[in-house]
Amino acid sequence: MNKTDALIIGAGPTGLFTAHQLKLIGLNCEIVDNLDKIGGQCIELYPDKPIYDIPAVPECTAEQLTNNLINQLKPFNIKFHLSDRVEEVKKDNENWIVKTSNGKIFSTPNIVIAGGVGSFEPRKFSPKECEKFENKSLFYMVKDKAIFDEKIVTIFGGGDSALDWAVELSKNSKVNLIHRRNEFRAAQSTVDKVHELVKAGKINLYTKYQMKSVNGSKNIESIEIKHDNDEIKNIKTDYVLGFFGLIMQLGPIANWGLNINKKNIEVDTEKFETNQKGIYAVGDICTYPGKLKLILSGFHEGALAARACFKLARPNEKYRFEFTTTSSNLLKRLGKKE
Amino acid sequence: MPKITYITHDKQSHTIEVSTGLTVMEGAVQNDIPGIDADCGGGMACATCHVYVKEDWLNKLPKKEEGEEDMLDMAFEPKTNSRLSCQLIVSDEIDGIIVNIPSKQA
Repeated sequence: MNKTDALIIGAGPTGLFTAHQLKLIGLNCEIVDNLDKIGGQCIELYPDKPIYDIPAVPECTAEQLTNNLINQLKPFNIKFHLSDRVEEVKKDNENWIVKTSNGKIFSTPNIVIAGGVGSFEPRKFSPKECEKFENKSLFYMVKDKAIFDEKIVTIFGGGDSALDWAVELSKNSKVNLIHRRNEFRAAQSTVDKVHELVKAGKINLYTKYQMKSVNGSKNIESIEIKHDNDEIKNIKTDYVLGFFGLIMQLGPIANWGLNINKKNIEVDTEKFETNQKGIYAVGDICTYPGKLKLILSGFHEGALAARACFKLARPNEKYRFEFTTTSSNLLKRLGKKE
Repeated sequence: MPKITYITHDKQSHTIEVSTGLTVMEGAVQNDIPGIDADCGGGMACATCHVYVKEDWLNKLPKKEEGEEDMLDMAFEPKTNSRLSCQLIVSDEIDGIIVNIPSKQA
């Protein structure tokens, strides 16, 4: 069991800055995130897009913003639990007992949900029968590419993941690549490589087609794909891979007894606390009158929630407001003073 | 104010007046029309405000930016008349537009 003063759910900009604020006021914290990397939506959805409304930062990309926040956490020792998702939250006297999908257990008086709009999960094929084959002969990610050797693999999608895997798997498998339009949204060098492999007969490319149905008993034997002009093609295949990016799902958060309004968690604007004592929500996932879904609002919300955490984590101490410019306490924590 | 008709997957038709300058997505969210999630809040970053635009109206809309087409790759059952409703600005030119909401957004 990991004991901590506060557990942060979500390693996006708001979660990172909340961690900064917690450490600065002398609390320890750990961060859990479903993604395999730090940065949340900024890294998963739009790393290269410039942002122009971070105070005192005239322009930076979402990736730069994330890197700057990580740098700002350098003085502190913060434990990240990536590729892990909080599944269960239960009250045990004064503490919350938190269980993750990887089986980790935390005991903490404070949980700060900085979950964006939930956790990222792969977008799936629309035909219902695809579920039956999921993780057997139909996948949304590749864990062991050796299973595809000498088999027919049909890959759907037009982004980097779809194209990278088409190129990689064409070495040892027969690859069909299917995309809903002629243009791809991947690195130009990969797109060029795919076209080369198509010319060389290593990849069969079908554009303007989408999945219509999958057929097979235990494993997939064939699929039907449908052209924009309604023409239908039947393709023999052993495996199907779908790469349609990730979608955000509220996920298990919905089951923790919180007041939820249109996928957002209702909080007060003093502590950013939910209807459950010791559970806070900050950033895009929280809602209150006047809420703006801006990164800068998340920073403010995290700063206030961190002060509220202090009261529950240090019930016998008094929190004293201090500036980083003048407080020797804070400067020590920042490693700027002995 | 321009009128917009949203038809949900279960064939329920909702016609509402939406102020010029808002987006078709905002019109739906502010009026509690079911089926438009708009997770990213209008940033063309999630494809959960996907709608099908009735053919007669398609040409009256401003053309898709490249980023919108990229996001539509990830939408649930995209078609040739698919648009992200967060990119459709309400104006007098599209007064009366009809959009169909897909059965789900993801």
